[in-house]
Amino acid sequence: MSDAAKVLRSVLLTVGLPLVILVAWWVLTANSTSYFNPPLRTIVGTFGETWFAAPSGEGFGESRFVHDVVPSVLRLLSGYSVAVVVGVTLGVAIGSSRALRAYAEPVLEFFRAIPPPVMVPILMLFLGIGTSMKIVVIAIGCLWPILLNTVEGVRGLDPVLRDTARAYRLGRVATVRHLVLRGASPQIVTGARQALSVGIILMVISEMFAAKDGLGFSIVQFQRSFAIPEMWSGVILLGVVGVLLSLVFRAVTNAVLGWYLGYRQSQHGGA
Amino acid sequence: MNRVSGRRTPAWALGLAGVATLLLVVEIGPRLGIVDARFLPPTSQILAALADRLGMPEFWTALGQTLTTWVTGLAISLVTGVVLGVVIGSVPVLRAVTASTIEFLRPVPSVALIPVAVLLYGTGMASTLLLVVYASFWQVLVQVLSGVQDVDPVASDTARSYRFSPLTRIRTVVWPTTLPYAMTGLRLAASVALILTVTGELLIGTPGIGKLLGIAQSSGAVASMYAYVVVAGLLGVAVNVLARVLESRALFWHPSVRGEVAA
Amino acid sequence: MSSPASPASTAADHAVGHTGGARLSVRNLRKVYTGRGEPVEAIADLTFEIRPGELVCVVGPSGAGKTTLLRCLAGLMPATEGELVLGESAITGPPEGMAVVLQEYGRSLFPWMTVAQNVELPLKEKGVTKSRRAELVFETLAAVGLGDVAGSYPWQLSGGMQQRVAIARAAAYEPQVLLMDEPFAAVDAQTRFELEDLVRTLWKRLGITVVFVTHDIDEAIYLGERVLVLSARPTVVLEDVAVGLGPERDQLETRGDAEFARLRTHVYELVQQAKKGVRSLADAHLTHPAAVDAAGSPGTPGGPEVP
Repeated sequence: MSDAAKVLRSVLLTVGLPLVILVAWWVLTANSTSYFNPPLRTIVGTFGETWFAAPSGEGFGESRFVHDVVPSVLRLLSGYSVAVVVGVTLGVAIGSSRALRAYAEPVLEFFRAIPPPVMVPILMLFLGIGTSMKIVVIAIGCLWPILLNTVEGVRGLDPVLRDTARAYRLGRVATVRHLVLRGASPQIVTGARQALSVGIILMVISEMFAAKDGLGFSIVQFQRSFAIPEMWSGVILLGVVGVLLSLVFRAVTNAVLGWYLGYRQSQHGGA
Repeated sequence: MNRVSGRRTPAWALGLAGVATLLLVVEIGPRLGIVDARFLPPTSQILAALADRLGMPEFWTALGQTLTTWVTGLAISLVTGVVLGVVIGSVPVLRAVTASTIEFLRPVPSVALIPVAVLLYGTGMASTLLLVVYASFWQVLVQVLSGVQDVDPVASDTARSYRFSPLTRIRTVVWPTTLPYAMTGLRLAASVALILTVTGELLIGTPGIGKLLGIAQSSGAVASMYAYVVVAGLLGVAVNVLARVLESRALFWHPSVRGEVAA
Repeated sequence: MSSPASPASTAADHAVGHTGGARLSVRNLRKVYTGRGEPVEAIADLTFEIRPGELVCVVGPSGAGKTTLLRCLAGLMPATEGELVLGESAITGPPEGMAVVLQEYGRSLFPWMTVAQNVELPLKEKGVTKSRRAELVFETLAAVGLGDVAGSYPWQLSGGMQQRVAIARAAAYEPQVLLMDEPFAAVDAQTRFELEDLVRTLWKRLGITVVFVTHDIDEAIYLGERVLVLSARPTVVLEDVAVGLGPERDQLETRGDAEFARLRTHVYELVQQAKKGVRSLADAHLTHPAAVDAAGSPGTPGGPEVP
């Protein structure tokens, strides 16, 4: 009985406030005649039609979801994957060598500090406005947080663990695989999480500059053509995409860092 | 720093060598035709363009505008983030009720708000401020929330048993524990706020360095464009360094800072 | 790496059995740290020899370069001068056939691996077959009394249990030499006694050479066949003390033995003298003369062989 009450309570706590906000939005805008702030009813009404319906009944394959949202997300995932592979590889190399770290650090700090969106105009020079430009923009923006956090993680590896690996004559490959990557994984994940939010921002921004398709492109199109309810539905969809990606990320993280949560708790308990 | 024995080259010399390498590669690459000089001008031209900008009053006005937007946005986020964080964090019911909403709103990309901001505020500073505040607010809030959660229950109970008023309790027990977290939040928020300030200027056209960069791009002034990118980068470095100094100043007594020094 | 073939190794095909030990020689070892600032001479001149299958303890005042010595022996740090030889070959890096157990048990186990994976990893790297690995892991964990926590993570265990895992990892590696650096300094007294007996049991069963560094005089005497007493830094061997307590040790009996008390007094005095900066046995003022007959030739640090 009390278990059921507990579940009910946690469900209420989880959905309570969001519901209140939505209802308030719904009620407050119900009779809105403001052009910029259409009733939520209207936005929700246009949502399905805008994103999931085909222009003239040609089927789901021609809907905006397939045409715009899917390519955006695919570009994001490609750029992000490139950044993870390059960032972790370079990070392990730089983090493992004191000299290399000292040599590269100021330059890396500078590149990290450049707001990633200003790279868009530069990359447009080199790569035009096609898909490759967008993927490279995302990859470069995502690279720095992953790279610098990996360097920190590798640098912070426990020297006792390093000695242990050496004493048992672990080879280079085994050391990287079992010691360096695993030991640095908490920081790598931190960097990857920062990179994900940068990546989503760049996905949208690269499309706002110049594009033929994409979620960000669609939203800007709606705004410029004053299709306000459609624009709002796009903003909401973008929010949902962000939330879904962060949920996926969290699931992956929990799988990779299961040991770390327990480890940290055991340290916190005062071992 | 004074006497480093043996073959060990000091870190700063290596770092300087790294910077020199970058400058040299960017100088030589375009000159040898390895990269197209129309896309990447040599270092000397970028620096010349930068020197030109430094002589122009518009540049300094723009820099001032960028910094104003940044500081204003950061201040708003900091104050609201700390106040809301302490209030929500100290009241368990509020915490439970808001947790899901915070988790949902936080990953919503701030740039989703660009069209909304433009519709509501046009191209003025308020537009960019909306983005800046939305993005940096979460950094502060989330840190402060975990800080309040970290308060030692024994200290909290002690304060309660001596019948401290809620305000005194926050001042003497909650705040000292939360401060390190708030400082971390400030550091993260500072760089996020700068990124969105420049982004807003570039995309919306709010006056500032980002806008000048956009103008340079559309007029094909490549060297000036790079000069502005360098300025944006240096600004970012300055913000990071400042935030880190501030963090360790305010927390010189805290183990995390002391540990860093020792290590 | 040509290590001396241990005659018993063939018998160890299906059990963690007698793997045999190797000789460990240290000749005129000197170690000077040259970091930032003034160079520091940690070890001045160390010469001693440990015979195959011997269990030798090293004691000395804190800061006596005990850990430095062990790190040099483990090949984790190069010597400034002198020669370290394991079996037939000089130690230039971590040598084959050597296992190490460090003081910081909590930090020497990989926190992202289970207990069994921690024990297995060095074996994998050594090229041991999968079935043999499973056997070794199972047996060594059982031998240290951890058979039931193989699937747990190290940080889920108590300090003493974590150090057992480190010992199991070393034993499963089937080394010829086992180096232990103050392994029990951070566990409680009860657990410590159990672990000491565990080390003696494993040592006898495997027949390996063991070097055990400790700051605890009682522990050194209880465990060792010989005790090397080091001077303060820069380190030399103050005396090489033979422990005539026989092969069977018992926490109650042995520690109550008159010979144990005598050795304890003697080593205690030596360490006190070492703390005062005494660097040779001839200079030491010992108030309990009974010690002389057990010691090697006084005045020659690191006298070659103990009868």
